[in-house]
Amino acid sequence: MTPSRPTPAAPSGAVRRLALGLVLSLGLGLTANACARPAATAETRARPIGIPSLPHTAADVHFMSGMIHHHAQAVLIARWAPTHGASAELQRLAERIVVGQNDEIALMQNWLRDRGEPVPDGTPGPMKMKMDGMEHEMLMPGMLTADQLAQLDRARGAEFDRLFLRFMIQHHEGAITMVNELFGSPGAGQDEVVFRFASDVYADQTTEIDRMEKMLAARSQDA
Amino acid sequence: MTSARPLGPSRAIPTALSVAAVLLVSACATTTLVPPAPGLVSIESAAAPSPDPRVGLKAGLHDAGEAAWNLRLVSNTPSPKDFAGVTNSDLAFTGNYVIQGNYNGFMVWDMTNAARPSLKKSFLCPASQSDVSIYKNLLFVSAEGMSGRLDCGTQGVRDTVSHERVRGIRIFDATDIANPKYITNVQTCRGSHTHTVVSDPKDPENVYIYVSGSAGVRSPSELPGCSALAPDQDANSALFRIEVIKVPLKDPARAAIVSSPRIFNDLTAPPRHAEPMDSAQMARAAARAAANPAGAGPPRRAGGPTQCHDITVYPAIGLAGGACGGYGLLLDISNVANPVRIGAVADSNFSFWHSATFSNDGSKILFTDEWGGGSAPRCRSTDKMEWGANALFTLVDRKMTFKSYYKMPAPQTSFENCVAHNGSLIPIPGREVMVQGWYQGGISIFDWTDITKPTEIAYHDRGPVDGTKLVSGGSWSVYWYNGYIVSSEIARGLDIFELRPSAYLTQNEIDAAKSVRFEQLNAQEQPKLVWPATFALARAYMDQLERGKGQDGEKLAAARLDLLAAERLSGSARSTALTQLANRLHAEARTAKDAPKAHLMASAVGDLAK
Repeated sequence: MTPSRPTPAAPSGAVRRLALGLVLSLGLGLTANACARPAATAETRARPIGIPSLPHTAADVHFMSGMIHHHAQAVLIARWAPTHGASAELQRLAERIVVGQNDEIALMQNWLRDRGEPVPDGTPGPMKMKMDGMEHEMLMPGMLTADQLAQLDRARGAEFDRLFLRFMIQHHEGAITMVNELFGSPGAGQDEVVFRFASDVYADQTTEIDRMEKMLAARSQDA
Repeated sequence: MTSARPLGPSRAIPTALSVAAVLLVSACATTTLVPPAPGLVSIESAAAPSPDPRVGLKAGLHDAGEAAWNLRLVSNTPSPKDFAGVTNSDLAFTGNYVIQGNYNGFMVWDMTNAARPSLKKSFLCPASQSDVSIYKNLLFVSAEGMSGRLDCGTQGVRDTVSHERVRGIRIFDATDIANPKYITNVQTCRGSHTHTVVSDPKDPENVYIYVSGSAGVRSPSELPGCSALAPDQDANSALFRIEVIKVPLKDPARAAIVSSPRIFNDLTAPPRHAEPMDSAQMARAAARAAANPAGAGPPRRAGGPTQCHDITVYPAIGLAGGACGGYGLLLDISNVANPVRIGAVADSNFSFWHSATFSNDGSKILFTDEWGGGSAPRCRSTDKMEWGANALFTLVDRKMTFKSYYKMPAPQTSFENCVAHNGSLIPIPGREVMVQGWYQGGISIFDWTDITKPTEIAYHDRGPVDGTKLVSGGSWSVYWYNGYIVSSEIARGLDIFELRPSAYLTQNEIDAAKSVRFEQLNAQEQPKLVWPATFALARAYMDQLERGKGQDGEKLAAARLDLLAAERLSGSARSTALTQLANRLHAEARTAKDAPKAHLMASAVGDLAK
């Protein structure tokens, strides 16, 4: 679109440090206490002495924690494909979801652990959140309700294929919503890992939704 | 006789080999068997060391275990302080310099002494992924992330809508490579994950940039005109398109978007390589759609990819390969500012199409699948060989046909991010040889001349950055540039490698590759490889004919000796000898099993006479 033409001169080191200090002091309320970080992981060792990484926010933590639950449910239902008479094509898709999202769960857990944040164990249930001192249970966007889970678990063969695709599209669309909510939060996605991971989720799952829409269309015509 | 074996490393030919000896051997070459050179075996029987030494390497950031085969690490240079521990990304080359992107900016290395590259400049200006390209004196850097600032500050951008944020292309004047000047930037709605510089032979006043952005669309409050609505709801949608920036070379500050080609339009059901089940199902669906065109109804939404991840252009043949979401696209770029889709492939084993490489003659194209975005360990023994791999296609009459997959074969640990990533052709004449980075799967060099049997012929690998959990690292990009193989190691800095001769790649073939020189290189603008006339080139073809048994062994042995004899001559005597030899080789080529290559060899000898 319109190119903007600011004065792109790099500020002096002193100015940068000052600005960074400001952001840090504003951001600390939201972020994990630095002292709570595990000592000298490889990542912290690898960090430069020159420029500290940008602080993460509560929205980043909420995204990474919530997505663990979200992914765990995708893995749960994708594992049903072989036992519920899914077609070979759907089993291949499901296997890729199991492998892909399990690895991403590990990535999110690592990220939270490295930052001294609570690490969800990757069970597919709702996320427990504390609000106003009360514990609430929250289903992340797109996650299947208990009724939907039961409905899918009862289905077999072609019916399982169709339901799975419908529900997994809903599930993936929820992940896209989560990414959009993340980037709609002030200060979120400044962390390199969070930005890259959230962008990957966006790109991968958009692509997979397209693939599943085509599979679903082929099956709707079968019916 | 065996001392006359003129094979393998050309410099290993005994210099003491006298002309007399040559003549003697030549004289009896018609009656005496010159033994075939040991060591030259067919590529398809190439066998890496077993057990694979890449398995079980010790972990460590700067002290990891290493395994190499037919490849020598010349130097490893860690990133400077402000860049260490931050992701190193893509590479671009100019003269003796390599420019290395990093999420904190970019570095300029002088690689005149490959054993000790020296840092010419580190330019602090954070942005992911800092994909870099250079064209003449202009340096282009991609900015995609939320934290990139117009003023290059390191403090990030906290506001969700901010006029301090840059997502798009930064443009620098690198006339003084040690002191690049920030000229301007061109903001785009989705930022720039990668970009591709495209020079237009018909338009020397400008250079073009194809911008691929795979992250979300910006708010119109941040960049006016950006829309994340579907194209049927808003014709201005930033989805389902790429951006083309035109940069006037005389006034790069006036760089601007000139077009936003909708190269995905009507992309609904491209040919899809698939397992039999899929094909049967698709055939039924196609038959029904044909029988009842109205019955299918409108799609639930605009389908297909909304963006490209990367585009490789090959201006010499007017084509580009676009890796776009779930598809590999073939684009006609004869009108550079308005690329047009002319083909598309999909593949049920492919997750996310990442990048493309053409064979030098344009008859083949290779796409990579960056399943998991490069953050995940996709090379464990449990990961399928066709997932997160390369897919190889023939390209005939602008139609792509799937032939095979290639994946770096050594199983890696679950602490190593590993998937197909960036690479380039190595200019081995008469063959398709590619070097490719696989993140912590290391570097794999493979021959895909026989597209049905891609075969690894060299590699380098390190153990994981960390032995207790996955910490990102490995080769982001690795490209051949003027005799060296240069790799951007995400966590460990800049690696420079040299090929070592082997049965699968002789010193002659390596020397011929080294004779191809570039002034600049952006791997995503694929250059046409042209080999100057050298003795190494002629001998490389001889080695290949011998390896592939494409010409009679005795004839080849005689040709080698006569070529050596001619090389020792000078002036018109040399020209005459070379011309005579070329004529004879052409005559012999007619009956050769591999006649085209035998003629190539003859022509290479003839060119030496000119």
